[in-house]
Amino acid sequence: MKNLLEVNNVVKKYGDFTALNDVSIHIPKGSVFGLLGPNGAGKTSLIRIINQITLADSGSVLLDGEALAPHHTAQIGYLPEERGLYKSMKVGEQALYLAQLKGLSKAEAKKRLKYWFDKFDIAAWWNKKIEELSKGMAQKVQFIVTVLHQPKLLIFDEPFSGFDPINAQLIAKEILQLRDEGATIIFSTHRMESVEEMCDEIALIDKSNKILDGKLDDIKRQFRTNTFQVGLSTANPKEVQAKLKERFEVAPADFKLLSNGLTLNVKLKKDSSANDLLSYLTNNGEVQHFVEIVPSANDIFIEAVNKNN
Amino acid sequence: MSKLKLIIQREFIAKVRNKSFIVMTFLSPLIMVAMGTLVVFLMNKNEESVKEIVYVDNSGLFSKEDFKNTETIHYQDFTELGIDETKKKVETGNYYGALIIPKKDSLEFLAKSIEFYSTDSPGMSVMNTLENKIETKLRNKKLNYFGIDIAKIEASRIETDIKMFNFSGEESSKLINGLKIGIGAIAGYLLMMFVMIYGTSVMRSVIEEKTSRIIEIIVSSVKPFQLMLGKIIGNASAGLLQFFIWGIILFVITTVASSVFGVDMVEMQTSRLPAEQLEAAKQAAGADKMQVIIQEILRLPLLKLFVLFIFYFLGGFMLYSSLFAAVGAAVDNETDTQQFMLPIMLPLILGVYVGFATVINDPHGSIAVLFSHIPFTSPIVMLMRVPFGVSWTELAISMTLLVVTFVFMVWLAAKIYRVGILMYGKKPTYKDLYKWLKYKG
Repeated sequence: MKNLLEVNNVVKKYGDFTALNDVSIHIPKGSVFGLLGPNGAGKTSLIRIINQITLADSGSVLLDGEALAPHHTAQIGYLPEERGLYKSMKVGEQALYLAQLKGLSKAEAKKRLKYWFDKFDIAAWWNKKIEELSKGMAQKVQFIVTVLHQPKLLIFDEPFSGFDPINAQLIAKEILQLRDEGATIIFSTHRMESVEEMCDEIALIDKSNKILDGKLDDIKRQFRTNTFQVGLSTANPKEVQAKLKERFEVAPADFKLLSNGLTLNVKLKKDSSANDLLSYLTNNGEVQHFVEIVPSANDIFIEAVNKNN
Repeated sequence: MSKLKLIIQREFIAKVRNKSFIVMTFLSPLIMVAMGTLVVFLMNKNEESVKEIVYVDNSGLFSKEDFKNTETIHYQDFTELGIDETKKKVETGNYYGALIIPKKDSLEFLAKSIEFYSTDSPGMSVMNTLENKIETKLRNKKLNYFGIDIAKIEASRIETDIKMFNFSGEESSKLINGLKIGIGAIAGYLLMMFVMIYGTSVMRSVIEEKTSRIIEIIVSSVKPFQLMLGKIIGNASAGLLQFFIWGIILFVITTVASSVFGVDMVEMQTSRLPAEQLEAAKQAAGADKMQVIIQEILRLPLLKLFVLFIFYFLGGFMLYSSLFAAVGAAVDNETDTQQFMLPIMLPLILGVYVGFATVINDPHGSIAVLFSHIPFTSPIVMLMRVPFGVSWTELAISMTLLVVTFVFMVWLAAKIYRVGILMYGKKPTYKDLYKWLKYKG
């Protein structure tokens, strides 16, 4: 798959402070790319460079194979983490203005705004001022403004903040639909469960350095601990547990079985396989539960950042 | 380019639709006229009330002829009552005051011994009138004493009026000098007010974008420089619009006023003259004077002044508002602007002071010339000098310097602006601003 965006060896310094240190990321066309990292890691600096709000000190950024140039702003949509609209300007006028700044003609912008306003059921707000709307309402307007010019690349920084669960779901659905229609999406968030739901690939930035990137599935495999949640009905649990300890690493589990049997977290050793564990268990009782513990994005985030420190 | 147009349009509309703009534009000329009328009305009202002044003349030098009633002051002779009785009466009665003229041997001594008693301290104009009266009388007495014929003295009075010409043959006068000072001062002062009002308006608009956080969305579509320039031009256009509307309103008001009240105005002027001078001939002279004033105004280089006002307003505004924009970008809220505002306001105020202090005395003196070339003060000082005639070479140098400086300042301010609009939190110091200048892109 061809990459829509390639960031190569980007360095950005503010005085003595290095915000980005030789960061490279490649974002495949039509993917949802999670840009993750602790606060102050350099995500916003990178996003601003992609948006041409600031320039990189060195390195290159290619959009669809071309070095970033002013005309690319029309192909990028950006929803910043800190939202904002002109408070005393009317919703409709404001949306039209921002759309025209992105290069849409007034007529075209009007047509598309009507579509989105109807879709989100907010057509009645056209003549209201932003200061009259609630935070969630303003967020909806802001989302529409971000996607209206049908950009190739969409950058969402914490897109769900300020939304109730129902509206958050609505926005998530829209984002995925935009991807299905061909847009590429950079998704920056601290909500790891939405990373699991939405992202195909991720990059993790910590202390100005990229410390991890790739397909989410690959990374999960990379971080797998070969640990299994095991549930077993057996006559003599103590004996089974003792024997298990000889061949595997065993830790107490934090879940319960309906039949009140033995529950454990079992980690395979290098010379053993999942099948070894399973056959041992079936020989010693009735297996009721056998699941590999897949590392969550949250676990990966914490582990990678801690390791980097 | 079309993005810049969009920004200018938005800024202009946002400014013009603002209620305070509408109020300022349409109401303030009316308020000014209303206030002027009120002042004139009150002055007339004040003079209408008749002041009853009594006098005790023990010297016997004065006669009823000397204390003739005027429209505002009525005199009563209380000499027969004596000083003490008079004082008592005046204190309890409804009188303005009592003038006591004692009997003295010498006129010089008498001049220093006259007293005036009143409940409230008397007004300046009343005292001046009384002093003038007494002075004239005593002087005449003295002239008599020296054996000088007063009629001859009066006849010997000659009024001198030096007519001034410049070498292109135009006649000028002291009157027109006053007009030039007035028009120059108004233009310079107006320019300072416009720069301050619209400069702070640019600054507020920058702060608003910053605090509402829309700035990040805007700068992901346009360059910060474009945004800043659009803001400045949009506000300048609103300022010019306001200026034009004021001009039109002023023109309409004066035209209407002079056509409706034109005759009254002449009468009002003449009726203020002392009674002795109320002669038909003088009335004609008064009307002539009005005509002369209008002629003199029309003879000033009004078009030149107008064009230069627009030019220096735009130049000065570009220069200062770019600084205001940089300050707005550097801070998070308006209260933090104070420390950066002073260095911006200072040259503006200096311009007005230098203008008033030097241009009026010597419009082509070295200080006036110097400050009309320094770009930070030139818009104000040069405008004050223009009515006195400034050569095109000088104007060209001053204007070029202004343009070069504002291009440089806009460029410099844009560097601070670009970094500042995305900085939140700590209030920056001058050192921070200097660091921002060196940031790349």
